Amino acid sequence: MADFGGEVDLEAFRTEARAWLEANLPVSLRGKTSLAMAVMEGNPVDGDLLLWKQAMAEKGWGTPTWPKEYGGGGLSGPQAQVLQQEMNRIGGFNPLAAGMGISMVGPTILEYGTEAQKRRHIPRICKGEVRWCLGYSEPGAGSDLAALQTRAVDAGNQWVVNGSKIWTSGAQYSDWCGCLVRTNPEARKHDGISFLLIDMHQPGVEVRPIKLIAGASPFCETFFTDARAEKDEMLGEENNGWTVGKRLLQHERQGQTGGALMREAPLSDLARAYVGLDDEGKLADRDLRTRLASHMIDAKAHQLTIARVQAEARGSVNPSAAASGLKNSATHVAQTRAELSLEIMGSRGLGWEGDGFTSQELETVRGWLGGKAMSIYGGSQEIQNNIISKRILGLPDMTKSV
Amino acid sequence: MAVLTEEQTLLRDAARNWAQEKSPVSAFRKMRDSGAPLGYDPAAFAEMAAMGWAGVIIPEAYGGSDFGYLSLGLILEETGRTLTASPLLASSLAAASALILGGSEAQKQAWLPKLAEGEAVATLAVDEGPRHDPAGVKLKAEKGGAGYVLTGEKSFVLEGMAASVLVVSARTGGKPGDTDGITLFLVPADAAGMVRKPLKLADSRGAADISFQGVSVGADAVLGEEGKGWALLDKTLDRARAGMAAEMLGAAHQAFDMTLDYLKTRVQFDQPIGGFQALQHRAAHMFGQLELSRSCVEAALTAIDQDAPDAAQLASLAKAKMGETLYLVSNETIQMHGGIGMTDAHDAGFYLKRARSAEAAYGGRAFHRDRYATLNGF
Repeated sequence: MADFGGEVDLEAFRTEARAWLEANLPVSLRGKTSLAMAVMEGNPVDGDLLLWKQAMAEKGWGTPTWPKEYGGGGLSGPQAQVLQQEMNRIGGFNPLAAGMGISMVGPTILEYGTEAQKRRHIPRICKGEVRWCLGYSEPGAGSDLAALQTRAVDAGNQWVVNGSKIWTSGAQYSDWCGCLVRTNPEARKHDGISFLLIDMHQPGVEVRPIKLIAGASPFCETFFTDARAEKDEMLGEENNGWTVGKRLLQHERQGQTGGALMREAPLSDLARAYVGLDDEGKLADRDLRTRLASHMIDAKAHQLTIARVQAEARGSVNPSAAASGLKNSATHVAQTRAELSLEIMGSRGLGWEGDGFTSQELETVRGWLGGKAMSIYGGSQEIQNNIISKRILGLPDMTKSV
Repeated sequence: MAVLTEEQTLLRDAARNWAQEKSPVSAFRKMRDSGAPLGYDPAAFAEMAAMGWAGVIIPEAYGGSDFGYLSLGLILEETGRTLTASPLLASSLAAASALILGGSEAQKQAWLPKLAEGEAVATLAVDEGPRHDPAGVKLKAEKGGAGYVLTGEKSFVLEGMAASVLVVSARTGGKPGDTDGITLFLVPADAAGMVRKPLKLADSRGAADISFQGVSVGADAVLGEEGKGWALLDKTLDRARAGMAAEMLGAAHQAFDMTLDYLKTRVQFDQPIGGFQALQHRAAHMFGQLELSRSCVEAALTAIDQDAPDAAQLASLAKAKMGETLYLVSNETIQMHGGIGMTDAHDAGFYLKRARSAEAAYGGRAFHRDRYATLNGF
């Protein structure tokens, strides 16, 4: 067995990874990447899926770049890229990616957590034993997140939390919540916030799912009524939660830069099927054809940019301010794609439910509606533009918040 | 920025230093004010050639460095930043490509070393009307004498007055619009019966309309094969398109940087105007578009260097996306500068004027969106 932590030949690692995946990914799961989404949505894990989850948990490859001492894979950035390539090649997926643990909370605990916090939380994320959600937005604190009012009061041996959060994705399936709370109401609004790790399984926590314009959704309202958190579950220092919370959002944006777009079929296939070609072999609707070409150019430009940013980083996985630009671009491409899909399908793109429409048609409509959230969550398009203006372009900050 | 080799980084830095120090926008302004007849300063081009830049894509056997299109693109981007006027694109890239891709040994020997040294200027004479339409060629080449006789018109020939040799697309069969029946000819600029008329363009760069009034050339003037010139022409144009996109990237970046600087220094309502969100978000949008465009330009040049099967798609992608971005940035440069940007004394107008010439050359956004759709099967 090679030591993957050191300077080893990437091709040697590729051979290792390929062999391990061949040996451990059950044949019945290959190509079933949609199962990754089912895991996200809280579906039960059993049979071959359970075997796969256990194998990946044991190996630490659900969190490939995290340190081995906490249960991660201990791989370098380039090695993790190779692993992903081999995962794509065999049609595999990460069975441990449920919730916000791997993508956001874990990296932030690794960066800001105490040794005890890392030992308590990281191995359980690596093994897929706990699901995490995030308590950020509140009814009165959306884009102006720092206006949040949920209070945490020092009660001696514990923090006592009161308030309500909204858009807590997956809260109904979650075991823990990474939560921004106000610990000093007297301080300037950014300076009185702390980042608290809260156990969701307690009487003071109530979760209500929210129905959205696309129907059922993973989004919830979460209410804290004298909920408790241990004193040593504060991530980072007291009243320094804004810094910790912003860092977590960078990890979130890194996950919203649109890598998934590369795996979608070109929209021109759908257009040929619904609109048809004329005698010259051009899409019969010329106005649509031009706009479709523009969209496909934007989609390709976005893909090339992700590839370029990765190549320039030479495998570094640190999120950067550039992710803000990529998030806006990914959102633009995805939302335009959804709008064009609907337009291409004509009246077939207006169905809500029932057997009068194909499942693909119905999914397209729901996806179009659900996708409107992309330019709102994780910092809206306007907030990303504020961040680019200040951090990349060096323009004066007029909101005092980014 | 693409991941560059050490040599490419050195070349890019050398180009940046030269452009900023020896060929700033003030040099372009001086050239324009002097009414330079060729639309560029021959002494400046001689300096560029002396540094080897005219021979970057030319094989070593013909006096070049065979350093590739991405490398030449780096130079074009840097000289594009300062609007350096020169035949680097039309001659050292576009016409040289036609010779490299389709020239006979004798043709290469005759011209490539001179192009690499910057001793001669060559160019493509392709379009005949106001819009880019390379398949629409009407100029006739009929068999006659020891070779052919060319009759017809070419328009908007870049560096057409400076060129000592032209790569001319002509019809030897079929009808306008057909890709079959097109033949490329290498025609010396002093050939009898060729009448060149200089065009005074808004961007002050050199171009000409050319009338072919029974121009006789030998059979050895054919570049590539008779009647089968389309593939060669298309491939050559893709190289020109990607190269022009690289120049446009530099111009757009410089215009953006200049505008950003102005947003930080211009004070109104007791604050820098860059503090206003109405301007910040437009600046952030431009930044994003520039990043996307850079990826397209570098991908196209790299694909050409690798002779990748999707090079044609990527060339159209680059010209279309870069065209869109330069259109946006050049207009916003004027708008965000306000009144000062409208004055001739300010550089903003130079970028706007160059933007539209660059857009038109080798096909604009509409041409390349249409081509991108066709190449993608719809």
